[in-house]
Amino acid sequence: MISIFGNSLIILILLSTLSIIYFSFNSITSLGINISKKIYHLSLLQVTFVVTCLLTLIVGFIISDFSLTTVFENSHTQKPLIYKIAGTWGNHEGSLLLWITLMVFFNFLFLVYGKKYEKKFMLFSLISQNFLILSFILFLFFTSNPFLLINPAPIEGLGLNPILQDPALAIHPPLLYIGFVGSSIYFSSAIGALISNLPAKEFAASIKNWVIFTWFFQTLGIFAGSVWAYYELGWGGFWFWDPVENASLLPWFCMTALMHSIIVLEKKGQLYSWVLILCLMTFVLTIAGTFLVRSGILNSVHTFANDPTRGLYILIILLLACLVSFFIFIKHSRGNSIQGYNLDRGTFILSNNWFMIFYLVTVFLGTVYPIFTEVIFNTKISVGPPFYNTVIIPFVIVFLILMSLGPESKWIKTKFPIRKLLTILILSFVLNLIISVIFKSTSLISNLIFITSFFLIIMSFLDVIKLIQLNKITLISRSVSHLGFGLLILFIGLNHNFSKEYDVNIKTGEIKKLNNFDLKFKDLKLTNSQNYKSIIGNFELKDNDKNFIKELKPEIRIYQNPETLTYEASIKSTIFNDYYLTMSNLQNSEYYNVKVQVKPFMSWLWLSVLIMSLGGFLRLFYKR
Amino acid sequence: MSKINFTAYFILLLIIFVFMIFFFGLKNNQKYDTRDNVGKQISEFELTSVKSNNILTKSDLDKSNFKLFNFWASWCPPCKDEHPFLMKLNKIDKLKIYGINFKDDTKSAKKFLVNLGDPYDHLLLDETGKSSVDFGIYGIPESILIDKNLIIIKRYIGPINNKDYEEINSLVTK
Repeated sequence: MISIFGNSLIILILLSTLSIIYFSFNSITSLGINISKKIYHLSLLQVTFVVTCLLTLIVGFIISDFSLTTVFENSHTQKPLIYKIAGTWGNHEGSLLLWITLMVFFNFLFLVYGKKYEKKFMLFSLISQNFLILSFILFLFFTSNPFLLINPAPIEGLGLNPILQDPALAIHPPLLYIGFVGSSIYFSSAIGALISNLPAKEFAASIKNWVIFTWFFQTLGIFAGSVWAYYELGWGGFWFWDPVENASLLPWFCMTALMHSIIVLEKKGQLYSWVLILCLMTFVLTIAGTFLVRSGILNSVHTFANDPTRGLYILIILLLACLVSFFIFIKHSRGNSIQGYNLDRGTFILSNNWFMIFYLVTVFLGTVYPIFTEVIFNTKISVGPPFYNTVIIPFVIVFLILMSLGPESKWIKTKFPIRKLLTILILSFVLNLIISVIFKSTSLISNLIFITSFFLIIMSFLDVIKLIQLNKITLISRSVSHLGFGLLILFIGLNHNFSKEYDVNIKTGEIKKLNNFDLKFKDLKLTNSQNYKSIIGNFELKDNDKNFIKELKPEIRIYQNPETLTYEASIKSTIFNDYYLTMSNLQNSEYYNVKVQVKPFMSWLWLSVLIMSLGGFLRLFYKR
Repeated sequence: MSKINFTAYFILLLIIFVFMIFFFGLKNNQKYDTRDNVGKQISEFELTSVKSNNILTKSDLDKSNFKLFNFWASWCPPCKDEHPFLMKLNKIDKLKIYGINFKDDTKSAKKFLVNLGDPYDHLLLDETGKSSVDFGIYGIPESILIDKNLIIIKRYIGPINNKDYEEINSLVTK
C-alpha cells in the first residue's frame, strides 16, 4: 500500500518537474514581465508531492512496514520512536529522498522570493534547478528506490546501526543537507545569470542570502557530526580527516569564499566571474562529495550500502553538471578585468578566497590522492592527519593575521591604526606567555597559533563592543563570526597541545595511579534497556592536585538488532576540562582496558563553533 | 583570447582526467577485507630477522611445516592476553611461529619476551608497519595460519584464545 502510494508520488514529482521545465522554456520567449502563474502552481504541486512522499516514507518507518526493503533493512520494531523517524534518513535511499525534498523546497522558495528579479534570469535558473531535480529523481527511482517491496514481508526488521542511534546524528543529515542541497540554488542561479546576462550587483543581491543561509546550516551540520563523533566513536577526537568529513568541508570552503567575495561583488561589481565560478563549484563539489561517499570508492566510517551502479550514476550526474556549467561559463562569461588594487578592503576579502581555495585544494588532494595512486600505480595508501596538519597549520597563522586586519581596512583608502595593533599584539604575546607558564612547553608553531588567534579574538571582540556602543547591532555579524573562528582555533590549539591520555588494564576493586590521578574501578552493573543490554562500569577518578572526585560510568552495549557491540564513552564536562573515559573488555580476562582522557576546553570549542555560525545567522537580518 | 582558450582547454582536460580516474577507481572497488586472503598464497615480503639480522623473504620460508604468523607489539595489551596460548602453541612440533613485531621499539619488544617468555621460532621486525599492511592486517594482535604450500588457511583477528589454540592444534596435527 505504502509502496504503491510512494511510487505514484515519485512519478508525480517527475511529471511536475518535466512540466516546469517545459513551461519555463515556453515562457522564455513569451511576452510579459512576470513569470506565468502556471509555473508557480506547478512548483507548489511539486513541493506538495515531494513533501507527501517523504512523509509517506516516514510513516512507513514509524509503523514499521517491513514490506518496504528500506524499512526492513534499516529499522526494527523495538527502536524508540525518534530513531524510527531519524532512521528515514539514516540510510542511502531515504537520505536521497530527503535530498530531493530539500532541492524542490529550495526551488520553490527561490521562485517565491525572486519575484523582483529579471524574468529571463529566473526562468533559466528554474530550468537548471529542475534539470538537477530531474537527474536526482531518476537516480532515486532507478537505483535507490525507497519504496521497493519485499514479498512476503518479513515480520521483523534488521535494525538501524546502533552507532547511528544518537540525537546528534538524528539532526546531522538534515542540517548538513540544507547546506549541501541549498547550494544547488546558487548553482542554478549562476547558470541563469550567465545565460541571461544578469548585471553583477543584481546577481549578488539575488543569491547573497542563500549563500549565508546555506553556510549557516552547513556549519551547524558539520558541527553536529563532529559532536557525534566525539561522543559516540570513543576515540576522544572530534575531527579525523576522514574522507567523508573532508567531503563536507570542501563545499564549506567554497561557501565561505563565496560569502566573502560576494560582498565585493555587491559593493563594487567586481569579481563577477570569480563569484560565478565559486557558485558553480560549490554544488559540483557537493555532488563530488556525494560520489566519494556513496560509491564506495573510498572507505570511511560513513558506510552506506555501496553499489557501483549508484556510483556510476552519480559520476554521470557529476560529469554533466561539470561539463554543462563549464561550457555555459566559457560561452557566456564576459571576462572582467581585475582593476589595479589598492590595499583596500576588497584585497583582504579576496585574500580570504585565496586561503579558502588553498585549503580546498589541499583537502581535495588529500582525499582523492589514494584513489589516484590506486588507479595509476596500484598501491594502497592512506592520507592521514599529519599531512593535513603539516600543510594547513602554517597557513592558518597568516590567515588569522589577515582576518584580524581585514575588518580594519576601508573600501577606499586604508590607514591602519598602528599603535592599537601593536598594543593588541603585545597583549597577545603576554597571553601566550601565560599559557606557556600554566601548561608548560609548547612548540614554536603552537605559540604562533596562540598569538595570532589571541590577536584575532581581541580585535574582533573590540569590534563587537564598538558596534554595540555605536548601536549598529545589525553590523556585528562579521565580527561575531571572526570572533568565533579565532576562539575555535585557540581552543583547538589548546586542546590539541594539552590533552592527556592514559591507558590501563584494570579489574573491579583495583585502584591505579595515573600521574596525579587515582582511578578506582568500583563495580560493574548489568542492565537491560529497550533495544540493548549494557555492562556499566562504575569508576572514580580522583585528582590529587585539585582534590576532587569524578564519577564516570562508561558502558559496553550489546545491541540485538543487528547484534553489535558499542562502547559508550562516559564524559564529565567541567568548565575547563572534559573527563573522557571508555572501557572495553579483554577476552578471557577479568581485566578491562580503560582509556582515560583529560581534554581541556572541549565545551569552549563547541561554543566557539556556535558563535561562528551565529554570526552567519545574524547576517541574514542585515539590511542596507 | 588565445590565453583564455588555453586555460579552458587545460581545465577541460583536467576535468576529464579526474573523471577517468574516478571511473576506473569505481571499477577497482575492492574493499580492504582480509577475509578474501584466505585460500590464497601469501604475498611477497621482506622483513629483518632479529636473530641473524638478515632479511627474510617468502622464498626463505621452510616448506616442511605449518607456520603461524603472529603480528604483535609490546605496547598492545591484548597481545599480553594471547601470549600464554602462543607459548602453548610453541610446543607443537609441526608448527613454526613467526612473530612479526609491529611498529614497536625493539628494546621493549625484547624485554616483553624476556619477561613473558619467547614463543617465536623467528622474530621479525616491521618497524614501519608497512609489510604487515601488505599482509592484509587490520590491527594487532592478528595471526595467520599458513600451510606447507604457503597458502593462508585461517586468520585470527584479535587475541588468540583457548578455542583458537585447540583449532590450530587440530589443523596442524591432523
